[in-house]
Amino acid sequence: MNSKLDNCANCPAHNLSNLKKLGIDMSSFDYVVALAGNPNTGKSTVFNYLTGLKQHTGNWPGKTVTRAEGGFEYNGKKFKLVDLPGTYSLLSTSVDEEVARDFILFGQPDVTLIVIDATRVERNLNLVLQILEITDRVVICLNLMDEARRNGIEVDARTLSKELGVPVVPTSARQGEGMNELLKYIYDVATGAYICKPYRIKSKSKELNEAIERLSKEIQEEFPDLPNTRWVALRLLEGDQTIIDAIRSGELGNLQRQEVLQIEES
Amino acid sequence: MNTTITANKKEIIIAEANKLRWELGENLHDILMENIYENATEIAKKTVKYPDTKIAFSFDRQLDKILTSKYFGFPIMFLMLGIVFWLTIQGANYPSSLLANLLVDTIHPLLKNFAGSINLPWWLTGVLIDGAYLAMAWVVSVMLPPMAIFFPLYTLLEDFGYLPRVAFNMDPLYKKVGAHGRQALTMAMGFGCNAAGVIATRVIDSPRERLIAIITNNFSLCNGRWPTQILIATVFIGSAVPAYLAGIVSAAAVVFIAVLGITFSLLVSWFLSRTLLKGEASAFSLELPPYRPPRILQTLYTSLIDRTIFVLWRAIVFAIPAGMVIWLVANITIDGVSVANHFIQWVNPVAFIFGLNGVILLAYIIAIPANEIVIPTILMLTVANLGIQGVGAGSGVMFELESANDVAAILQAGGWTLLTGINLMLFSLLHNPCSTTIYTIYKETKSVKWTLVSTFLPILMGLTVTFFVTQIWRLLGN
Repeated sequence: MNSKLDNCANCPAHNLSNLKKLGIDMSSFDYVVALAGNPNTGKSTVFNYLTGLKQHTGNWPGKTVTRAEGGFEYNGKKFKLVDLPGTYSLLSTSVDEEVARDFILFGQPDVTLIVIDATRVERNLNLVLQILEITDRVVICLNLMDEARRNGIEVDARTLSKELGVPVVPTSARQGEGMNELLKYIYDVATGAYICKPYRIKSKSKELNEAIERLSKEIQEEFPDLPNTRWVALRLLEGDQTIIDAIRSGELGNLQRQEVLQIEES
Repeated sequence: MNTTITANKKEIIIAEANKLRWELGENLHDILMENIYENATEIAKKTVKYPDTKIAFSFDRQLDKILTSKYFGFPIMFLMLGIVFWLTIQGANYPSSLLANLLVDTIHPLLKNFAGSINLPWWLTGVLIDGAYLAMAWVVSVMLPPMAIFFPLYTLLEDFGYLPRVAFNMDPLYKKVGAHGRQALTMAMGFGCNAAGVIATRVIDSPRERLIAIITNNFSLCNGRWPTQILIATVFIGSAVPAYLAGIVSAAAVVFIAVLGITFSLLVSWFLSRTLLKGEASAFSLELPPYRPPRILQTLYTSLIDRTIFVLWRAIVFAIPAGMVIWLVANITIDGVSVANHFIQWVNPVAFIFGLNGVILLAYIIAIPANEIVIPTILMLTVANLGIQGVGAGSGVMFELESANDVAAILQAGGWTLLTGINLMLFSLLHNPCSTTIYTIYKETKSVKWTLVSTFLPILMGLTVTFFVTQIWRLLGN
């Protein structure tokens, strides 16, 4: 391929015209993007913007309890976007949180797009930190920037991105602001052009740190391709039955192998 | 050989985890959560700057103080509901008669003539044109106008951020009766559609509280039932007061039924959490989203596509076969009397005890798939049963409805009184969920037992309530 063309395709200013909203046409796709976030951060608005679908959005926490799927094409690559239920955490047992967690863990999305509320960064970070433990391919959509500005709140997206080790894109999805850049980063993380170095939760408890390390080493030996051994170790320590079952049945390892095969084939 | 080794290795990992868990002690989960919070706070400190004075928040705060206030919260809620219904009642009558004129008075005879000109057998004309087509035309002309007014108004309130405030007001009540505070949210969803409300209960993590929320969701009047309430309130309650008060009084009656539904959902939750589903209410936090200026055009568009067209389409899909069934039961005769009449005569004495009549009960059986078609079915069966001449074109034909007055005339000829109207409104609130909701309940609970409870409990309550209302009404000598 011509390198000049490549440069052009990598220029963000040019790229919004490369967005093709595919709606529910997902016959074949190159990448899977999971859409996560706290309730009422504008996840559904982002979903509708990217896919061109008109999923009902409401100013109303907990609108999406089931998984909605849609597609879009960008830079000639087809993306499947999976809208997960909005949750505050991934550590409890309600059905909506399980749907979100199982998809990020077992669905092995190529990118997890986390929508966070710029006016409530601190609380939203709780979920972000948990997701960063599960997967390293994350793009953060710092949404509702218009509301943050109106309330005089300043968020330093650059520092936040440095701290978390993943791209952070300020947006106002309702107005379409920043969506351009968001697409570029989704594309970069999916294709591996941007390598994330995700933040890991630091614990003051020495015993806990040691236990996690020991266990994740053993898991690493058994499932060498698993990217999130630390998180699996944590869940095991907490006695999470679904994870215990997934280890016993080898489901954890199998998923991993399938993904490797798919990559090799393509 | 290889597999046994790996299987063993897996067991070793699990055993090791179990051992470490004991060593770390019980409060691992809490430690972990604390860590996450601490880390989040640290990062937020480095990256977020809040304004020194939070002036910008004050508008939201002030508004919340009023909308969720101890004294004004509920009155404002009732007032908002009342205004929405009043606008719906006032606005829907004229377009309804326009649509009826077009679909029933104009197109229906044309279709009949056409069927005659191509020599269609009389029974086929009956089933297709007098049954299926008329049922559909009826549903469109009666359902579309109120929906096209009600849904955008409701969606505007939703978009603005008012619904979570309703939930906030209701939350302490639900906690008091041993249910989950989020049930207030799923209840509000149920006002749109009970099946959606039942699915929304997934946000409740305790299975006990979730079951309570599922069983009681039916007490939220749904879209299929709003038009029934609005029409019957207009015909019977509105006509019992001076004309200039009719709109306001009928709107108030509908608000009363909706509030009664909320009251029943609280009572039943209280009853269940003390008997079959014992337990304490669990704590949760409800986030009040900021008020956002509603996007009027987009709201109109999405409420039209998502709600109006969706519900209307569902109503039409169910009305077509129901129309055929109505025509058949009204025209197939045994010993010279139609099947419908046999059934009506048979259940009339029982229905009388509840201040209802055989027509209503038969209509509710035919309308199990969709509550939307109850009123058309009742009117048609009444006409067929009485053999009213000059209305419609014969037995089993849904006839035109030019104004609410015609409905009144027909129902009064069918022996309806103010009491029948009130009881129909009550029974419309308290009866089995529609078949879609019943199926959803089964899918969500995976339990035949709880599905049956959710189906028959409201019927039992409906019959009890109408029984007492009727007996007291008659004792008072009305």
